[in-house]
Amino acid sequence: MDAITLDNITKTYNKGAVLAVDKATFSVNEGEMFGLIGPDGAGKTSIFRVLTTLLLPDGGSGTVAGFDIVKEYKEIRNCIGYMPGRFSLYQDLSVEENLKFFATIFETTIEENYDLIKDIYVQIEPFKTRRAGKLSGGMKQKLALCCALIHKPKVLFLDEPTTGVDAVSRVEFWEMLKRLKHQGITILVSTPYMDEAILCDRIALIQGGKILSVDSPGNTVKKYPGKMYAVHSINMHQLLKDLRAYPDTLSCFTFGDSMHLTFKEDNDDNVVKLTTYLAGKGQKDVEIKNIPAGIEDYFIKISATGNE
Amino acid sequence: MNDFAIQADKLTKRFDDFTAVDAITFDVKKGEIFGFVGANGAGKTTAMRILCGLSIPTSGTATVAGFDVYKEPEMIKKNIGYMSQKFSLYEDLTVMENITFYAGIYGLSDKEIKDRGAELLERLGISHEAKTFVRALPLGWRQKLSFSVAVIHQPKIVFLDEPTGGVDPVTRRQFWDLIYEASDRGITVFVTTHYMDEAEYCNRVSVMVDGRIDALDTPSNLKKQFNVDSMNKVFYQLAREAKRSGD
Repeated sequence: MDAITLDNITKTYNKGAVLAVDKATFSVNEGEMFGLIGPDGAGKTSIFRVLTTLLLPDGGSGTVAGFDIVKEYKEIRNCIGYMPGRFSLYQDLSVEENLKFFATIFETTIEENYDLIKDIYVQIEPFKTRRAGKLSGGMKQKLALCCALIHKPKVLFLDEPTTGVDAVSRVEFWEMLKRLKHQGITILVSTPYMDEAILCDRIALIQGGKILSVDSPGNTVKKYPGKMYAVHSINMHQLLKDLRAYPDTLSCFTFGDSMHLTFKEDNDDNVVKLTTYLAGKGQKDVEIKNIPAGIEDYFIKISATGNE
Repeated sequence: MNDFAIQADKLTKRFDDFTAVDAITFDVKKGEIFGFVGANGAGKTTAMRILCGLSIPTSGTATVAGFDVYKEPEMIKKNIGYMSQKFSLYEDLTVMENITFYAGIYGLSDKEIKDRGAELLERLGISHEAKTFVRALPLGWRQKLSFSVAVIHQPKIVFLDEPTGGVDPVTRRQFWDLIYEASDRGITVFVTTHYMDEAEYCNRVSVMVDGRIDALDTPSNLKKQFNVDSMNKVFYQLAREAKRSGD
């Protein structure tokens, strides 16, 4: 059985003036870690709110844990955990009180499902009497995850759990998610960080309310048409200008310490010709390497802005 | 003024018994793009507040655009631009109203506001959106507009606090084009980011850990120093040693 299904889900705001989600269709398998990858304003949060039964869709249908998102919202609310993008716990309750509160409203106890949260909770337990509002960002995030898990949900919804979080804490957070997945919980997680996509079983790329692609990270990048080259030289800013001015260039974007370049046509003499061109522009220590495309390359390729 | 936009020597800020910024010493050259990275809670925001003239340090010295952070914070504020993802433009003002408002605060004359405003809109290619409410603009445009407004008074330095969070990959790169242009015009850029690929775009990068600057060099030298192939790995090696966490 699919843990989550969406069939042509559409969501608009302001009496139809704003189209937030445009006929989104995908499904998430039971026990899968599924990533919804896209920038701010892509429609990720709207999809989360529709699936967690906080908003009614304008059109289409969907299920979570086998229940209909419109007719069986009460059943859904009992069996999901939801961590919204904005910190939504009670700031003036302590760590322990927040956790107890969420356990109580789901008619369970901290002790009953302690196994599930133990790994995470031990890290914040030394601060259990501290008010949630006084916690650091990383600790708030861990507490919110504990509260979303305390009733042992079948499906866990995490809306941008790592936004604004530093690179080290992001790695730690994804390790926690991996352990939860091994306990059989289905996870739908959204992120604007393309590098996190690779940690999911499957991903949906989304922009402007539209689902652009659904596949495993490995298959997603295999769909990249044409060959990708990484180009490096001493003067990177000038290199970008030179490469964009090169007549055979199809696309060129900065990627960390190199430029990712594609040619209009993949010919055998591309690299040789480009090397000559760049030497003529006075570029020094030029390196051109054929590389596999990444998720971010593919996203740029298929996203609306990338086609401009 | 000398060749430095920022000079800090043993700059320290303590809150009771907590040392948020611990004797940091560094300088930023004029026209440089300087990356200021660190884990959550490393002390970046506190240091940046001091450099923007919003907070007085506990000890140490620093000058920004040639002005002393203890004695001349008001002069600092006049000579810098500031932009963050969290606070940027007024959503219920139009594009031109925002420009007029900020340029007015920075003391530009009506004529300057009109001329530079028009020039700014043209450079961004959004002249036809002058009367649009900012809330109706796509996020990517808003970020670019916000940056352009932050440098409308041609400050000596612009401080960018995580300017590209949540922005789509293409817009993020266009944003960096704007940063390079500003740097070409001689504006010093001081930028914090969580995207380590963006740290690679800076001329030099400092990495803060537990209130200290534990590394400072060009991205390529830092990668050599730590014997890794990306800034992400440099950051990871440094930041995982951090004792404190949080904002």
